[in-house]
Amino acid sequence: MLHLEQLSKTYKTGETALHDVTLDVPKGQILGLIGPSGAGKSTLIRCINRLVEPSSGKVLLGDVDLAKLGKADLRRQRRRIGMIFQEYALVERLTVMENVLSGRLGYVPFWRSFLRKYPPADIQRAYALLDRVGLIDHADKRADALSGGQRQRVGIARALAQDPELLLVDEPTASLDPKTSRQIMRLLTEICTERGLPAIVNIHDVPLAQQFMQRIVGLRAGRVVFDGAPDALTEAALTQIYGEEDWNAMRAGDAEQAAAEADARDRIAALAK
Amino acid sequence: MTAPSYPTTWRRPPQIVKDRRWRLALQIGILVYLVLAIGSVEVNWARVYDGLERGQRFIMGFLQPDFSSRWRDISQGLVESLTMTLTSTVVGVAISVPIGIGAARNLAPRWIYYICRSIIAVSRALQEIIIAIFFVAMFGFGPFAGFLTLSFATIGFIAKLLADDIEEINESQAEAIRSTGASWWQVVNYAIQPQVMPRLIGLSLYRLDINFRESAVIGIVGAGGIGATLNTAIDRYEYDSAGAVLLIIIAIVMVAEYGSSYLRKFLQ
Amino acid sequence: MTEITHHSQVWTYRTPKARLLLWGGWLALVALFVWCWQVMTRDTIWFFVADAPRQAADIGSRMLPPRWSYMSELWLPLWDTINIATLGTIGGVIMAVPVAFMAARNTTPSARILRPIALFIIVASRSINSLIWALLLVAIIGPGLLAGIVAIALRSIGFVGKLLYEAIEETDARQIEAIEATGAGGAQVLSYGIVPQIMPAFWGISVFRWDINIRESTILGLVGAGGIGLKLQASLNVLAWSQVSVILLLILATVVLSEWVSARMRHAII
Repeated sequence: MLHLEQLSKTYKTGETALHDVTLDVPKGQILGLIGPSGAGKSTLIRCINRLVEPSSGKVLLGDVDLAKLGKADLRRQRRRIGMIFQEYALVERLTVMENVLSGRLGYVPFWRSFLRKYPPADIQRAYALLDRVGLIDHADKRADALSGGQRQRVGIARALAQDPELLLVDEPTASLDPKTSRQIMRLLTEICTERGLPAIVNIHDVPLAQQFMQRIVGLRAGRVVFDGAPDALTEAALTQIYGEEDWNAMRAGDAEQAAAEADARDRIAALAK
Repeated sequence: MTAPSYPTTWRRPPQIVKDRRWRLALQIGILVYLVLAIGSVEVNWARVYDGLERGQRFIMGFLQPDFSSRWRDISQGLVESLTMTLTSTVVGVAISVPIGIGAARNLAPRWIYYICRSIIAVSRALQEIIIAIFFVAMFGFGPFAGFLTLSFATIGFIAKLLADDIEEINESQAEAIRSTGASWWQVVNYAIQPQVMPRLIGLSLYRLDINFRESAVIGIVGAGGIGATLNTAIDRYEYDSAGAVLLIIIAIVMVAEYGSSYLRKFLQ
Repeated sequence: MTEITHHSQVWTYRTPKARLLLWGGWLALVALFVWCWQVMTRDTIWFFVADAPRQAADIGSRMLPPRWSYMSELWLPLWDTINIATLGTIGGVIMAVPVAFMAARNTTPSARILRPIALFIIVASRSINSLIWALLLVAIIGPGLLAGIVAIALRSIGFVGKLLYEAIEETDARQIEAIEATGAGGAQVLSYGIVPQIMPAFWGISVFRWDINIRESTILGLVGAGGIGLKLQASLNVLAWSQVSVILLLILATVVLSEWVSARMRHAII
């Protein structure tokens, strides 16, 4: 579905963020991109829909090379790629509904979007998506009136409104608490599975990646240093990606948190009986 | 996916005026006002048409300014403006400091507070040009009336902002000084002055800039400065000289703006 | 306590060289002041200055009591004044919007040519007071309301343009990026990504400027640009001080009222 070939990016400052990255993402696969900050995860994702211009290499979506397109063609191709952002990046002063409808901007002419006169099918789809992410009652609220988890759900609905063939997800849980993070990841993976949608997910939380991803790619200093199943992510592999660190301590912390969560679940279940 | 049960239309909910009738009344009200207001503007199109040629001459004068033929008038106006600006800012700030302290609720007794606040209110409510008319009537034509006008206007500006600043200072620092048994003067010197001094310098520089701009205006009513020169040039239809004066004003304002922002950075 | 010593360090503790520099600076300021004072008062006739208190008392006694019956002649000029301010503000804002978008670093179509032009327009408009604009326009297109409206509009471009372009530069880049990522075109990015973010600033700035313009339009009549200032000029010319006091009180009331209205409106918007 998506094929990256020798993708490189060197910024004006002379800093090389990506170095000959070659990657294949088949239809329906959910791929987690991990690595230390500054490894080029964000740059890689943004090179795919060209929010960052790649310096060289190919970005093939189906059989279109996105890296070679002119402005108008790029605009048309961007519709095929939904993007979900770290800090939601909703237009805060617009309503939830407008934010979801903004996913249709690539499909409608300017006057329709300016007058908020979207085609009935678009509006129906927007309502259906809001229902799917559990926010149908919040359609008329302003985006800045929502909580973090709710805002990210709107972000997901906006990306899906594009009717995309690929999802790019940039640190979807970085500004959320652990519980909400899991709910958002679950929702994301469910939706991808429902639609057979491939996704590239930037994620800094390794245990979360192992829990939800089907495949993991590790980046270090702009190069792919790991590519495999979550189970294959051994301590040696992690050291290769992140450098020396006491991984057991981090995992122990996470285990503690999981235990606490399980405990809370049990208690709520007991109360419900 | 698109189940037919979902609505197919959506309207953006109104953000400010929620009630429909009020919104309609407001829209009609605005429309009626605009029609009436635009209708009340009587335009003598023949005069405007005549003016186009003059406007063109003015633009040409602006592009090819004539600094030399009226240079004596221009330079005298400029000297008056600049000296007026500096002296009035210095005097104005010097008077503003005690008034500003007196107008700070946390420092001054009630009755002094009210006196100082009313001085500030009077100075702010009256425009420079109106004050200038009065001072010219009292003190005669010339830059001295302009100096008084600008000093008076400076008091309203600086004293108000200074007083607001003092009221917003970190109270704990003043408490700490007071608790050492310091007198009122010592409190002002040790707790207030260090906190507001940088702001005061910044405000004074900003006011210097404003005073120069105003000095170009009050000349129109006879209070000296470059405004008088400009007024004469326009009255005589000497647009190239007027253009020169305007360009000088723009240049000095730009220099003052960049200079004061640089100076503020340097002093802090 | 420690904090205070720290603060006062800024002002009292200096190296000898810095202290010398500071004293030198103050001395230079005083010398400059004295020199300026002498230059400025070279042609001052001190007899008039000494006579000022008597003049002031004279004017004061003529101003009181105000001639209230004159008020009936002032309503129409007041209506004109408000129209000058409102229409001028609308005109100024309409012209300022494209200037602001050209001047903002993140929206300017060309940073080399258009941005400096836009910045010059802003500086030129800001440096020249509306009264000077009015003076020019009265000479060019003749006395009347139109000159006043255009003067107010020209003066407003700089003010509104500057504040608006700063607001545009402060917009959140992530929200704009997100709209771009949906495949939106340039105009759509503008209307969905940027405009909603600057809307509150836009209304706040416009209402604020309207308030200032009411104040400024009251005096435009002094140079013939219509409104209540015409009456002020006429009364001053015939030394009718009791009418002047009525006009000044009316101006004061209008300014206070417009300040209140603008504060209420800004409160409702934000």
